Amino acid sequence: MNREEITHLATLARIRLGEEELVNLEKELSSIVEYVSVVSEIAADDASAAPKVGARFNIFRKDEVTNQGDQYTKDILAEMPKTEGRYLAVKKILEIGD
Amino acid sequence: MKKTTVAELRAAFIAGEYTPTEAVEAALAVIKEKDGEIHAFLDVYEDAREAAKAADQLYKEKGKDTPPLLGVPIALKNNILMKGKRTTAASKILENYTAVYDATIVKRLLDAGAIVVGATNMDEFAMGGSTENSAFGPTKNPVDTARVPGGSSGGSAAAVAMGAVPVAIGTDTGGSIRQPASYCGLVGFKPTYGAVSRYGLMAMGSSLDQAGPLTNSVADAELVHDIMTGIDGMDATTITDDTYPAVPLKDTYTFGVPRHFLADGVDAEVLSAFDAHIEALRAAGHTVIDIDLPLFEQGLAAYYIVMPAEVSSNLARYDGIRYGLSVEADDLLGVYEKSRAEGFGKEVKRRILLGTYVLSSGYYDAYYGKAELVRKKMRQELAETFEKVDIILTPTAPTPAFKLGEKEDPLAMYRQDIFTVPVNLAGVPALSFPMGTVAQEGKQLPVGVQYIGPLGGDKRLFSIGKRVYDTNK
Repeated sequence: MNREEITHLATLARIRLGEEELVNLEKELSSIVEYVSVVSEIAADDASAAPKVGARFNIFRKDEVTNQGDQYTKDILAEMPKTEGRYLAVKKILEIGD
Repeated sequence: MKKTTVAELRAAFIAGEYTPTEAVEAALAVIKEKDGEIHAFLDVYEDAREAAKAADQLYKEKGKDTPPLLGVPIALKNNILMKGKRTTAASKILENYTAVYDATIVKRLLDAGAIVVGATNMDEFAMGGSTENSAFGPTKNPVDTARVPGGSSGGSAAAVAMGAVPVAIGTDTGGSIRQPASYCGLVGFKPTYGAVSRYGLMAMGSSLDQAGPLTNSVADAELVHDIMTGIDGMDATTITDDTYPAVPLKDTYTFGVPRHFLADGVDAEVLSAFDAHIEALRAAGHTVIDIDLPLFEQGLAAYYIVMPAEVSSNLARYDGIRYGLSVEADDLLGVYEKSRAEGFGKEVKRRILLGTYVLSSGYYDAYYGKAELVRKKMRQELAETFEKVDIILTPTAPTPAFKLGEKEDPLAMYRQDIFTVPVNLAGVPALSFPMGTVAQEGKQLPVGVQYIGPLGGDKRLFSIGKRVYDTNK
């Protein structure tokens, strides 16, 4: 795994990496990927990857209101980095004209 | 408090010989005395005293007609939500995060009368096997403070091992309850996947995670598990009693030992303790045979694809926008990238990137698809094996507790989990309890044995564990 690939992964994963981290990760990720590649040999004789479901699936519950209005609102708002009134404040993501 | 069991505490509370207030005061005193060095706890809850007072009163009024954990001090790993308490997952990104609701298991433990005296240290987001990956400093092993307590539930293990609490709750994604139990000389239990609700647990690997107890006896582990287990409307993966075929209890069992798997990388002294355990089982009338588990042996490789894939998805939510650490930047992308860069530690970043890689276009089939296939075949292999044997037996970890700072290479750290991770991939239950000690540098270090049961076989493990461990310890 080379530096370019790791930089690309970091962008996908939304993590800014420093120079030292890049150097270490290049080495570490390469050895881990080499180690886990053994799975391709184990499973090579069976290409029929059937759909995977757990022991129970399609578990539904009634669509009903379980909370009281505003039961958690204050606590959740208190955890937000930035608020305006009862709203979460975020950066502008669209620039429209000037 | 001396090392004690819930059963002993409960009997003393009912008899009026000891009170919840005395138990909680004793727990807080042990923490005050020892935790400066051990660092098992991230937070200690002084309000436990009020709950203890109420419990005192309830015992006076109702005696034995009280909930089964009334007045018992316990500790929670800090990735389990308890309303109003700081829940950090030992990460800088959640350093100041306060839980806004109770996890289902917390609600059940509180309803059963347990008193939570504190939150325990862990590897950041439960990623690690030594508790050295905590953003708030490592925990030390009370048995030998030069050594790690194991991880990721290392704080929970140390809290019980240093005698602060008789019960601590951990989570286990690849061995994070069983391996610290082995290193600290405790009982640790990883239930059948789905036996315990994950609602209110900070997700690491959603198809792998289960919560379970660390205790001083198998009977206590069973008692606490029985309180936490059961179907939950808030977690659609929770199972019922009839999800899997009934697993009968027997007087004598057939144990299977994957002998080939033990040939490489296991300490000679751990092996001789393991062989002595096998002899003791035979002497007690059980049958022990050798088995082959070729796919189980490759579990670690499949695990380090499946788990990081789930990690990279689950940890995408920590973005600096809605809660947790938020670092200012010029634009939105900058806030994401800087918050995650400053908030996450080394191991967490490593796993997120690895997961991003195995899920990325062009690699998905080669890695994630294959790993899930291995997992499926491994389940098949285990199902066939459990037609021949009742319980699979391995050491819990290949070595006793290692020294702080000893394992710098991530792969060397991962290899401590070779016997535990396949259990999570297959979803089966496993119990670890001490099988003896090995001498290293003048210290007697505990080592654990792992009993693996078939899906839904949790009760079988408790039943045999109580007979083998509780009656002989």
